[in-house]
Amino acid sequence: MTLEAIRERVRAASERRSPLRLRGGGSKDFYGGEPHGEMLDLSRYAGIASYEPTELVVTARCGTPLAELESELAARGQYLPFEPPHFAPGATVGGCVAAGLSGPGRAAVGAVRDYVLGVKVIDGGGRLLAFGGQVMKNVAGYDVSRLFAGSLGTLGVIAEVSLKVLPAPQAEMSLSLEMPLERALDACNRWAALPLPVSASAWHDGELVVRLRGSEAGVQSAARKIGGAPRDASAFWTSVRDQTHPFFASPGSLWRASLPPTAAPLGLPCTELVEWGGALRWVKGDVDSKLVREAARRSGGHATLFRGVERGDGAFAPLSPVVMRLHRALKSAFDPHGIFNPGRLYPGL
Amino acid sequence: MDLARQRETVRRLREFLPERSVLWAEEDTRPYECDGLTAYRAVPMVVALPESEEEVRRILRTCSEGGVPVVPRGAGTGLSGGALPLGNGVLLSMAKFMRIVRLDPRARVAVVQPGVRNAAISEAAAAFGLYYAPDPSSQIACTIGGNVSENSGGVHCLKYGLTVHNVLRVRGFTVDGEPLEIGAESLDSPGYDLLALAIGSEGMLMVVTEVTVRLLPKPDCARVVLASFDDVQTAGDAVAAVISAGIIPAGLEMMDRAATRAVEQFVGAGYDLEAAALLLCESDGTSAEVEHEVERMERVLRSAGATRIAVSRDEAERLRFWSGRKAAFPAVGRISPDYYCMDGTIPRRRLGEVLRFIGELEKKYGLRCPNVFHAGDGNLHPLILFDANDPEQLARTEQFAAEVLEKCVEVGGTITGEHGVGVEKINQMCTQFRSQELEAFLAVKAAFDPTGLLNPGKAVPTLARCAEYGRMRVHGGALPHPELPRF
Ligand SMILES: Cc1cc2nc3c(=O)[nH]c(=O)nc-3n(C[C@H](O)[C@H](O)[C@H](O)COP(=O)(O)OP(=O)(O)OC[C@H]3O[C@@H](n4cnc5c(N)ncnc54)[C@H](O)[C@@H]3O)c2cc1C
Repeated sequence: MTLEAIRERVRAASERRSPLRLRGGGSKDFYGGEPHGEMLDLSRYAGIASYEPTELVVTARCGTPLAELESELAARGQYLPFEPPHFAPGATVGGCVAAGLSGPGRAAVGAVRDYVLGVKVIDGGGRLLAFGGQVMKNVAGYDVSRLFAGSLGTLGVIAEVSLKVLPAPQAEMSLSLEMPLERALDACNRWAALPLPVSASAWHDGELVVRLRGSEAGVQSAARKIGGAPRDASAFWTSVRDQTHPFFASPGSLWRASLPPTAAPLGLPCTELVEWGGALRWVKGDVDSKLVREAARRSGGHATLFRGVERGDGAFAPLSPVVMRLHRALKSAFDPHGIFNPGRLYPGL
Repeated sequence: MDLARQRETVRRLREFLPERSVLWAEEDTRPYECDGLTAYRAVPMVVALPESEEEVRRILRTCSEGGVPVVPRGAGTGLSGGALPLGNGVLLSMAKFMRIVRLDPRARVAVVQPGVRNAAISEAAAAFGLYYAPDPSSQIACTIGGNVSENSGGVHCLKYGLTVHNVLRVRGFTVDGEPLEIGAESLDSPGYDLLALAIGSEGMLMVVTEVTVRLLPKPDCARVVLASFDDVQTAGDAVAAVISAGIIPAGLEMMDRAATRAVEQFVGAGYDLEAAALLLCESDGTSAEVEHEVERMERVLRSAGATRIAVSRDEAERLRFWSGRKAAFPAVGRISPDYYCMDGTIPRRRLGEVLRFIGELEKKYGLRCPNVFHAGDGNLHPLILFDANDPEQLARTEQFAAEVLEKCVEVGGTITGEHGVGVEKINQMCTQFRSQELEAFLAVKAAFDPTGLLNPGKAVPTLARCAEYGRMRVHGGALPHPELPRF
């Protein structure tokens, strides 16, 4: 598939004012509002456009499978530090950036948006726009590249993206510690305030698993400080990232509550899996939306209905009226006829 | 100046501001006539110095009702004229917002007012073993509000990120005085990433009245490797060699001989003055980690052609090695009546080539140009030395600078890595972007500020302006910014 073909589809849809449902690998179809509109399959606009390991930059077309990108990087000893979830085998780079979701390393190393250096996007008029670039620092013009990260395809087609990559850590070790949630939160926050190479944490059902990444010397000395039992955990971290861990199979809706890491346990009648040193609380069970949203809000964060039994009245926490007004204005700046993924992020957007 | 308009604006502001907070007499407003880019000056019609968010809100309301443009200002250290006042507008100084509202060592965040100096945050956090990572060389003077608006960087940004990676939340007002809060102490707020838009927006989208920053644990130990090279090209290639060896230094800076000689007279950092270029390559972490990494750095630098290597033995020596880099701008300021600082970023692998190109321009224009810069990020700061009292030198300087910036774009880089576009590089925006991207930027601006009263005329050129600039260049008259006050 060529770029020109995608632009042609967009122009035609725009003329007919007919909504398009943008899709990469379909691995995140469940996420956000119900997708609808004519399918625009982007998975065939694929391939790594350029990769310069010494520049720490890779540029890939949107349909490039994440798995392919990751193995290209691994072959040169580099990786995507934000560990994007795949959820299913077909996950693409475009979908990863549009969804804006990051994996276990997020609290330690940053999110997808932190690694986006530049994008080429197709706007609602079918124009190909280029923002940012392939260099590490760039403050010419507003940072529109990062605006597209997490926009769930509502602003335009992300045709190509340049990402910052990093050298893979030399050493890694995971440790398992038995403790209740309150103590785990306390421990994670204490460690995070010390210069320790903690790169991920996950607490569930009385077990805290902590991952260290860095130099051999740094990992060894941190392991002595933290204690616990070494655990072979690479499959474990993938299962947390891609939600194949048994916790995610328990009944009920899945909520993703993003809280300040020091917030007390939410105390909802649900099971929980806690990542990011306390900053991410997965909540699973049959609870009323209002209850979860209100609990998250009171703790200084927000909750997303991540996988709903019913998608109900929107997946994402409502925005303040001013912020919503800005969303509408930005949406109509990039997609004046509202053809891209209507309702996927917020109803009416 | 339109005196009736000035009188009316002062009268309306004085309805809710005390006398000390509204300046209008020329002797009081003149100190605000420029920021760190002193080449551009304009005395503001009125200066307002609010002390509370409510005052900011009312100033903005008053100005938008009266159609008066507003230019926000922090410490005025900006190097692209972002805080250049307007002769028919209000300069909104945030200097009195100096309070650290809350510092939470357990959650590793600080909530600060925008007028707090960058260095003051790390000073306050030091008691808890924490610090705020982005460290512009101007950190003892510049404010966090200015940092947010410019997305400022520093020598440690290669490893620890820019302002955009270290700010969690901002609060403030749109130009019509509507309160706006973006981001939170929790991560990844729902909706569009408005925080990314606000950061680096050069005071054109909102006025920031509160900022929440992330604090990081201070590394146990840091050491810096000082490596000498026989020519700048080899030093440039050594930068790429360090990165390809899988090392991300805590800082990776380069200075050429013209720069080291200037700073050595000034601070006595102990630099090798025979070297054509010096690299400062820092490692931080636990002492075991640092020891190991420094060894690897030394090995890579040596095989990349370093002729001499010195490693800091203690904290005092480390600070001495850095002192030259940190004092580079003022030191250069002492060897020349004026200097013009550029800020392009290029792919690292083109460093050697672009430095050679700058060397040739020195000959072509007959002007000296020392280089000190963030080599690890590919962010250049060529400093053209000139005498502003000589209009002919000034014209040569501007042409020199324009050629360098256009070269940066040509090799796949950008006209500004951290200092912003401001008024200074607004014409080069027409080189870097096509009309359709500029239109998108103007649309983003209009989404936040439909009336265009907040810091107008900065950062994003109108299409008409670009057309004019293009015509001017075609006709060979290469004098940029014809409508702006001259040096
Ligand atoms: C010697 C020297 C060294 C420097 N080194 C570096 C460096 O290493 N890295 C780097 O990135 N920069 C550097 N700079 C540039 C400058 O210090 C930074 O851009 C800094 O962030 C500006 O902060 P300020 O408080 O002085 O802002 P100002 O210059 O006052 O303003 C800068 C911009 O921010 C806007 N602004 C300020 N406050 C607010 C607010 N509260 N709300 C909305 N908008 C606001 C202004 O309108 C203006 O557009 C250096 C400057 C000097 C003079």
